[in-house]
Amino acid sequence: MVDGKTWIYGKAWLRRYGAFIGLILLILFNVAMTPNFVSLRALNINLTQVTQIVIVAVGMTLVIATGGIDLSVGALMAIAGALAPMIFMEKLFPIGNLYLAIGVGVVVPVIVAGFFGLFNGWLITRFSIQPIIATLVLFIAGRGLAQVSTNGDQQVFAIPQFQAIALGNLFGIPIPFQVWIVAVIAIIAGFILKKTALGREILAVGGNERAARLAGISVRRVKFFVYWFSGICAGLAGIISIAMVSASDANLVGDGKELDAIAAVAVGGTLLSGGRASVVGTVLGALIIQLVQYALIGNGVPDPVALVVKAGLILTAVWLQQQEHA
Amino acid sequence: MPKLHIPASVGVALTLVLLTSLAAWRYDGFLSPYNVHSALRYYSMFNIVAVGMCFVIMTGGIDLSVGAVAALASVVSALASPWGIVPGLLAGLGAGVVAGMINGFVVTRLKILPFIATLAMMLAAKGTALLLANNQTVSASYDTLFTTLGQGDLFADYVPDWASADDAGILGQALNYVLGMPTPFWIVVLVYVVGWIINLSTPFGRHALAVGGGAEASKLMGLPVNSTVFGVYVISGFCSGLAGVILAAQFGAGQPIEGIGWELVSIASVVVGGTLLSGGQGSIGGTLAGSLLLGILYTILNFENGMGWISLSAYWQSVVRGAFLLVVVILQAKINARQGVRT
Repeated sequence: MVDGKTWIYGKAWLRRYGAFIGLILLILFNVAMTPNFVSLRALNINLTQVTQIVIVAVGMTLVIATGGIDLSVGALMAIAGALAPMIFMEKLFPIGNLYLAIGVGVVVPVIVAGFFGLFNGWLITRFSIQPIIATLVLFIAGRGLAQVSTNGDQQVFAIPQFQAIALGNLFGIPIPFQVWIVAVIAIIAGFILKKTALGREILAVGGNERAARLAGISVRRVKFFVYWFSGICAGLAGIISIAMVSASDANLVGDGKELDAIAAVAVGGTLLSGGRASVVGTVLGALIIQLVQYALIGNGVPDPVALVVKAGLILTAVWLQQQEHA
Repeated sequence: MPKLHIPASVGVALTLVLLTSLAAWRYDGFLSPYNVHSALRYYSMFNIVAVGMCFVIMTGGIDLSVGAVAALASVVSALASPWGIVPGLLAGLGAGVVAGMINGFVVTRLKILPFIATLAMMLAAKGTALLLANNQTVSASYDTLFTTLGQGDLFADYVPDWASADDAGILGQALNYVLGMPTPFWIVVLVYVVGWIINLSTPFGRHALAVGGGAEASKLMGLPVNSTVFGVYVISGFCSGLAGVILAAQFGAGQPIEGIGWELVSIASVVVGGTLLSGGQGSIGGTLAGSLLLGILYTILNFENGMGWISLSAYWQSVVRGAFLLVVVILQAKINARQGVRT
């Protein structure tokens, strides 16, 4: 038997380092059990399967830190994914230079996704609509917009320079380029959260909105920022998603990613009611979910069982992180 | 001077009447028995799920698992359907109730936010449904009466002979119209009547609203907060189970991957019906109106397509539905702000 004090201390410790320890245990398990896990190929498969979720989840972390939620991210991925090929294949307007076309084709859709994020922020701040409902609007309508603009058709393209955004190498390091993009986004978000006044304001709004407002924080500005940032992240994830497969299907891009992202945030130890957040935790959370699925499927466990395990994983992680308050 | 206080549900009901009248005037056959009966048959599943969702939202919670639980129940009831209509029905309801009990347990005992608890259930129910169904649809038995739960017209055989005659007149036609309603419609009527009674005339219904208004205050007043919250998730599970049974019966098969997006349709129905998502307030009647309104909107879009004036692809429909939800929530926010209700 452990006495109560040790138990409470143990639980707090588990909450703090649980995700990290879980990840290490998972890696050890996979090294021992999953065939061909220790290979560059397996590493790259795992990384490319997880990057889109990580990037969306990093944006979601900031939103959840304010006590909000963003259901529209999957739909915004589809919008960015539908818009990009139209631009770099010069269907909308002539550009001439391929590299310039790709540049515009990446930047403009990401900015557009950011504007949709601002729209979410506008609904939430201007009308005091709950985030889950405000972002439900674009969840329903956003994918429809992407489908309408492409007539529901798949856009296929064979442009290696564009594919390089997802799969190219940087300085000859054999890791897909998208991983670097994700790393940069995660570092920016982590820096904002930990080192800037804005980051403290985000947490203050999530901890107690009324108190934050009384303390002179512009709650409106903070919320606009997090939904804009989440939109930008979704836009980037949409670009990576279509660059991976050199095709864009508005029905598929980003489908269900909002739930994967929320799960990653939850497993990563961010408090879902707001006020406490960790970008590193979110990255670990996404990796844990990915490795659990890889381990299950790599060891011949059928897909549906993997779903049930994922459900148990989310509940366990959230329950553990709540023990600190219990 | 007292402020004019119009409940949102009255506004929704008026919109409903207005839209229906407009549509009946604009489209031939909009109110024809065939159109009305087939639309009611199809939307019955969403109408039922919305009742459970309304109870959950009254307590300030949310149930994201309704679609996946309905899919699971459709598989379970299809598997049980060879033993007859009652075992099929009970199996589907049982699957829903068990899922609801697990949701209730996780929310009340493990103190996990409803959003996450039911998200996990969504994944688990989908996984279980796929496992039981072996990754494919499960045919329901046509040897028993099971499929009449979805495909039948409960009272159609009771239309008196005189009413079916060619010269039966308006009364006969009306009798045919009403008695010809599909079985799922009558199930919806039953669910709404029971839901309405629970909401307005039972301690449980009052407790649900009180808990949503403030869980701490309710606890201090000695209300059974945990069992009330547990109860609403069981009701929601029951409704999802029932919807799953109708799904399996209507299409003659259990469908493990159906139900995607049902939670959002039903949340939208509840919101359009004037129930606040922050809890503490809610109306089953409003939910019915909201649910019907979304259904009618969808049917109107289909008819508008048929007119050929504008070609609305299926993709436009989601845009229109999203825009509609947008208008409703903004209107609600404005009304609430004027009436000083917290949102």
